[in-house]
Formats: sequence, structure tokens, C-alpha cells
Amino acid sequence: MTFLADVATLARKDLRLELRARDTLPAMLLFVVSTLVVFRFALPEGADDVAAQGADDVAAQGLLWVALVFTALLGLARAWAPEREGGALEGLVLAPTDRSAIWLGKSAAVFIFLCALDAVALPAFALFFAPVNLSTVAGVLLANLGICAIGTLLAAMAAASRTRELILPLLFLPLAIPLVVGGVGASVSAEPARFLAFLGLYDGVFAILCWASFEYVVSE
Amino acid sequence: MSTSSLNRSGFGSPVPLLAVLASGLVGIALALVFFVAPEDADQGLSQKIFYFHVPIALTAYACFGWGAFKALLLLWRKEERYDLESYVAVHQGTIFGALTLATGSIWAKASWGHWWLWSENQLVLFLVLFLFYSAYFMLRFSIEEGPRRANISAVYALFGIALVPVSFLAIRLAENVIHPTVFTREGPQMTGTMFFTFCVAWVAISALAYALYRLELLGKRLDSNLRELREALSS
Repeated sequence: MTFLADVATLARKDLRLELRARDTLPAMLLFVVSTLVVFRFALPEGADDVAAQGADDVAAQGLLWVALVFTALLGLARAWAPEREGGALEGLVLAPTDRSAIWLGKSAAVFIFLCALDAVALPAFALFFAPVNLSTVAGVLLANLGICAIGTLLAAMAAASRTRELILPLLFLPLAIPLVVGGVGASVSAEPARFLAFLGLYDGVFAILCWASFEYVVSE
Repeated sequence: MSTSSLNRSGFGSPVPLLAVLASGLVGIALALVFFVAPEDADQGLSQKIFYFHVPIALTAYACFGWGAFKALLLLWRKEERYDLESYVAVHQGTIFGALTLATGSIWAKASWGHWWLWSENQLVLFLVLFLFYSAYFMLRFSIEEGPRRANISAVYALFGIALVPVSFLAIRLAENVIHPTVFTREGPQMTGTMFFTFCVAWVAISALAYALYRLELLGKRLDSNLRELREALSS
């Protein structure tokens, strides 16, 4: 049980930092709303005619996923910033706990950030573009799990490199393609169960892989 | 410098032999493809690229798998040499992956009249993998050399091998399947000569990949030995 207690302590530390400094989440919220507004103007002229035919939902759902993935990327780039700036990662690695607890705690914090992001992004999307159905919400939650698991690990890799902000999207986007496939499928398909199951599979596979390999990313 | 490290730096290495063997096999495969294998009834001459496209793709998978295997060994046994071996395998895999994209694109143009088709699942998968492994090099070259870089590269290479089936499933889910399936559960849908030619081509490409792998490994090791010598002389 000490493992879970450590994880909870680490996640609480990140949330408290964010509550006090407020330097990541407000930026993410503003970014996702701005992105959605940009999409409105990026849609070709005549999108309103398409809207009249009711086909807009299908095209617009893709935009939602693009906005979510890129905003998550924005948050992930800052995920290890407090540790890096304070030089605290070495301390955490030396702490008498399993190193995967560091990953799990950070992932839990990122997951909560992503849920807060969705609480703004989904209503904004419904307001601007198209109504959001239940399977989209389920897809977003499942995708959040995958994004926080993979993203936290990749952000730790990127933090070790010289070009951190530059390299994280390159590492993350190829791995995020299956998430987008699953998410968009869950949003627009007539039978979303298959896509939700796929998202669950993705989360499971990569969560186990990240859990097992995080130790090697932070230690020498 | 001891004799063993001299050996490892190239003297008495099997690379020349491998190179001769690989080029001989590729020559035989070329001869078989163009002079022995019958022309495809449907697609005519353009089908011949199949004998290179598919073996190159399979070889690329094998290289990625080999790189991931060496990465696993590195994390497990912590021996430095696995880092270079994993890197070289991934490097060869990326080269063969790029060749797969090129040959697949040419085949798509000849058969369907388009250079790129999103309905080509295998081709899309290779594009995703190509992007993924290109990022591997960006990551590797932006981290200071040392055990940390070796570990991070290894973990990333392992992710690649998990990404292959997951992406494949994703792309299948995203698209309807219209790729011509040459291999089915009933066995290959080819005549005996065609199948034989395909097998020879596959062996030839694999031998070529292995020869290139050993050659690059040799070059990289010579490089690092030379650097060590230079440092030893200057100090």
C-alpha cells in the first residue's frame, strides 16, 4: 500500500503546484478554445451548406480530436518542468520508492489536467460545431488514459534531451495516431463499441510498457 | 590494444564474405525475377516489383524486431555493445522502410494510377513507422552520449515493436480492406516458380540487410576505437 500512497503524494504535489502557480492548465484551456475558433475559419467556404445537410458532425468530430491531441501536447511539454527547474528529479529517483511510482503519480496528475481540459473543450465544441454524444465522451476519457500514460514517459525522455520542446511532438504524434483513429471512430461510427475496445486495448498495452520501462528512462 | 579488440575492429571479419554472398544472391534473384518467373496474368510486368517490395518490407520488420530484441538485451544485461547493435538495426530498418514506401508507391502508381493511396494499409503502416523511427534518430542525437542515452533509445525502440500491431489494427479499423492479399490461410496464391522466385528474393534481401548491418556496425566500432586511440594519444 505504500506504493499507492507514494503515487497519491506525488500526484497531489503536482496538483497543488498547479493550483498555486496556475501556469499550465489556464494556458491549455485558452489554447483549446482558440484552436476551435481557428478551425471555424479554416473550414472551407460553404461549410454552412454542409451543416445544413447534417454531414458536418462527421467532419467536425475530427477537428475535436486534432484540438485535443495538440492541446494535450502543450500540457505534456510542461509536465516535467517543475522537476527540471527545481532539479528535483534526481531527488525523486533517489527516494526509497519504486521508480514507476514517479511515472504513475505524474500520469495521474496529467490525467486530471486532461479531464479538466475536456470539461471545457467538449462544451465549447458542442457550442461552436456539433453536439457531443456519449460515445465521444467515453472515447475522450479512454484516450486521456493513453495520452497521459504514453505522454508522461515521452516527456521524461524529451526532458533528458537538448531539444525538449522540439522533440516531444515528434515522439508523441506517431504514437497518438491509433488514439485518434479510435477516438474519431468512437465519435462517428454507428457501432462505437469496437473503437472503444480498441482504445482500451491501446491503453492497456502501453500502460504496461510504460510502467515497466519508466525506471530505465530516469536512471542510468 | 589487445588482439581481441583488433579482431572486433575489422581484421578477419566476415563482412567481405557477406557482401559477396549478398550481391551474388541479389544477382540470382534479379535473374529469376526477370527471366524465370512467369509474367502475372493480371498486372503484367509491374507485378515484378512485388518480388522486391514484399521482401524489403519483411526485412524492415525483421530489422525493427532485431533492434527491439537488442534493446531488450541492453536493458536486461546492461552491456554497452547492445546499444550500438540496436541502433544499427533500427537504422537499417528505417532505410528498408523508406525503400518499402518508395517501391510501394511505384507499385501503386503502376497498378492503380496513384502515387499514394490511403486505402493501402501496409503502406500507411510503414509511413507511421517511418515517422516513428525518424523521431528515434532525433531523440538519440539530442541526448548526451552515455548510459542514459542508451536506456532511452532502447525503451523507444521497444515501443516501436508494440506500435506495429497496434497501428496495424488501427489502420484496419480506419479503412476497409482492399489490399490484394497474396498470402491467405490456404497458402500462397502463386504458381510454384513465382513462389520460388519470391523466396530467393526474400533470402537475397535479408542477406543484403545483414551484410549492411555488419558493415555499419564495423564502421561505427572502428570509429569509436579510433576516437579512443586519438584521446589516448592526445592525453
